[in-house]
Amino acid sequence: MDFKDNQEQANFRKKCREWLEKNAKPKTGVEKNEFANINYLQAAKDWQKKKYDAGWAMLHWPKEYGGIAASAIERIIWSEEESKFDVPRGIFEIGLGMCGPVMMEYASENQKARYLPPMAEGKEIWCQLFSEPSAGSDVAGLRSKAVQDGNNWIINGQKVWTSGAHFSDYGILVVRHDASLEKHKGMTFFFIDMKSPGIEVKPIKQITGGSSFNEVYFNDVVVPDSQRLGEIGDGWKVAITTLMNERLAVGDANGADVEDAFRWAKSQDDLGEPLINNKSVRSSIADWYCEANGLKNTKLRTMSALSKGETPGPEASITKIVSANKLQDIGNFGMDSLDMSGMLKTDDPEIQSFQNAWLGAPGLRIAGGTDEILKNIIAERVLGLPQDARADKGMPYKDIPTGKA
Amino acid sequence: MNLDFSDDQKFLQNEARKFLEKEESIKRSREILDQSSSLDTDLWQKIVALGWTGIRIPENFDGLGLGHLELCVIAEELGRFLAPVPFSSSVYLFTEAVIKYGSEELKKDILPKLVSGEIVGTLAVAEDFMAPSSSNIKTEVLNNKISGKKIAVPDAGIATHSIVVCKSSNGIDLRLIDHKDKSLNILKQDTVDGSRGHFCIELENTPSILVGDEGNGWDLYESIINQAAVLFSFEQVGGSQATLDMAVNYAKERYAFGKPIGSFQGVKHKLADMYVAITLAKSNSYYAAWALSSESSDLPVAAATARVSATKAFQLCSKENIQTHGGNGFTWEYDCHLFYKRSKLLSLNIGSLSNWKEKLVSNLEKSNIN
Repeated sequence: MDFKDNQEQANFRKKCREWLEKNAKPKTGVEKNEFANINYLQAAKDWQKKKYDAGWAMLHWPKEYGGIAASAIERIIWSEEESKFDVPRGIFEIGLGMCGPVMMEYASENQKARYLPPMAEGKEIWCQLFSEPSAGSDVAGLRSKAVQDGNNWIINGQKVWTSGAHFSDYGILVVRHDASLEKHKGMTFFFIDMKSPGIEVKPIKQITGGSSFNEVYFNDVVVPDSQRLGEIGDGWKVAITTLMNERLAVGDANGADVEDAFRWAKSQDDLGEPLINNKSVRSSIADWYCEANGLKNTKLRTMSALSKGETPGPEASITKIVSANKLQDIGNFGMDSLDMSGMLKTDDPEIQSFQNAWLGAPGLRIAGGTDEILKNIIAERVLGLPQDARADKGMPYKDIPTGKA
Repeated sequence: MNLDFSDDQKFLQNEARKFLEKEESIKRSREILDQSSSLDTDLWQKIVALGWTGIRIPENFDGLGLGHLELCVIAEELGRFLAPVPFSSSVYLFTEAVIKYGSEELKKDILPKLVSGEIVGTLAVAEDFMAPSSSNIKTEVLNNKISGKKIAVPDAGIATHSIVVCKSSNGIDLRLIDHKDKSLNILKQDTVDGSRGHFCIELENTPSILVGDEGNGWDLYESIINQAAVLFSFEQVGGSQATLDMAVNYAKERYAFGKPIGSFQGVKHKLADMYVAITLAKSNSYYAAWALSSESSDLPVAAATARVSATKAFQLCSKENIQTHGGNGFTWEYDCHLFYKRSKLLSLNIGSLSNWKEKLVSNLEKSNIN
């Protein structure tokens, strides 16, 4: 056991660091999350372009699409180093993490050459259009329709929870082409131009007050058949490829963590004593420290497997469940420690970070697979437990009972 | 980057697993319980013959001269198979204390006999129904002779020697005693987990040899249990994994309402929670194993982190394993209770969960990580 890079990895890390030091500022402590602010979008685009020009944008992609065909371990080294710098994030993850891999696998050579480099460069932003008002965890229950019309398809329906749809240029879309088939069989997958006539994007106001998600309406939107990804009826198979990538892309919850709670507890007064002397606070901090380091050490085990050329085990599947719940608890702790004043909005970045954690965590526990769905996945794919019986199994989609949509 | 055991260490672990499986270690644990004896001498002798008691003992004292990492992989398997042997008392605590703080003379005398099995050791700390601390130890040493009473001393029935935590004129001492001495009395105590005996040791002017610096015994004790905590964590991780495996197998085979109970989300989510707890505990234990084997200054924090996670994991897994087994899990016949009881034994030996949480946070304060 050791924590040293081998020579090759150390050289790569040094290269990453040198470039980052020249081109970005190191993090200072409490960074503000300004996602969805328009200047932030431009800053994110500028940063992506800078990385692309220097070859850092999509390390593992093939050279012809702007990558350097880097290994998994090099990707991790880069992201470790990049995370130490105060750079914009949260804009390109879905496009690069989910849409890119799907295009890489299913699009034609011409389409890949046309769409992948601008995606990597940050010139064109992509979004993912899967969830619907009546299809969340059961996303295969979606009902938006595609009807074939010569060389085109006509799309009608509604998507929801679409992150970044309001600033996206393209999107990947799964819709139902035949409701007389079983639900997993009647779907087809496309990519679409988000500027197409008939698409209407309406931001959703979240409990945080911000709007990073949208509703997207489709009224007779025309999509050429050449933008179909996979065969007709293969929509679910293609969507699954994407969702597996999403779980990797969502990963660790950003925001207040145990170090912030610990620092805060040392500085905050609790009935005349430092808050850190409070027994129940000490117990919570011990729990969060064990969780945070459990995740960190799990990641090190994954890296160890990768660096030996082995396939990592399923350990990383626990990341989002643990980190989103911890974020919620830490936010709650910080606000509780302020007693009545915890309700007040303030410029204090530490207090803000607890309030943001508390307000944002409920969304993280849902996005990219709810806690419950992720536990099902662990139980079924890791522990090998049988699937729950499905009331809609084998039924034509049109006959499946629905509640209030 | 390599937070993993080497191929040789994994080989050793695999051999240990095969051995304990072949020896039907879990069945032996049940027999000990049924016969109200306190350990399995036959299994212990086989373990001694394999050389495990000398893993960390240097070659010039007849040991294998290997490191802590080899001990960690063995510990995981002992936990998985509930081995009813005094390994933790004699190897993680007693042997490590002698290696770390014993004089050359003491090492020369004791270490080869720990390898051969002639000596088995344990550590005597508790005295009353409360957590022991440097300020409530009453057992006292005067002119190298100890008087007082120790309780809940694991494995003292088979042990030939103990290291006793006692009060001296300069503070706390660690002192070695020989159980053959006529001045002491060892009595078996009833416990909730009968598969590893606990004993009371009554001492009256019992001759002793000082281990480590005089008066500084409590710090030495803390340092010994910091090391041992890592090994206990591996036992706890092994036990947790065994209970998760049992629960998963049962949930696949047991049918209710016309289908396996493992298809119900109420059961699935419980088992997923167990998997999450084990993964965190295992990863923290790996890191602590590194800290232990590399003598990192991070050991006190790393050991407490592993210990807290592993205690929580084994407590969760062993109780939810019973729950998954329903009424069967509550019977003497099923093995679930053996793990439930062992999880409690392992979590109280060397100090409770709340105790280790406190150690973790106070070490974080000291190390000033922020």
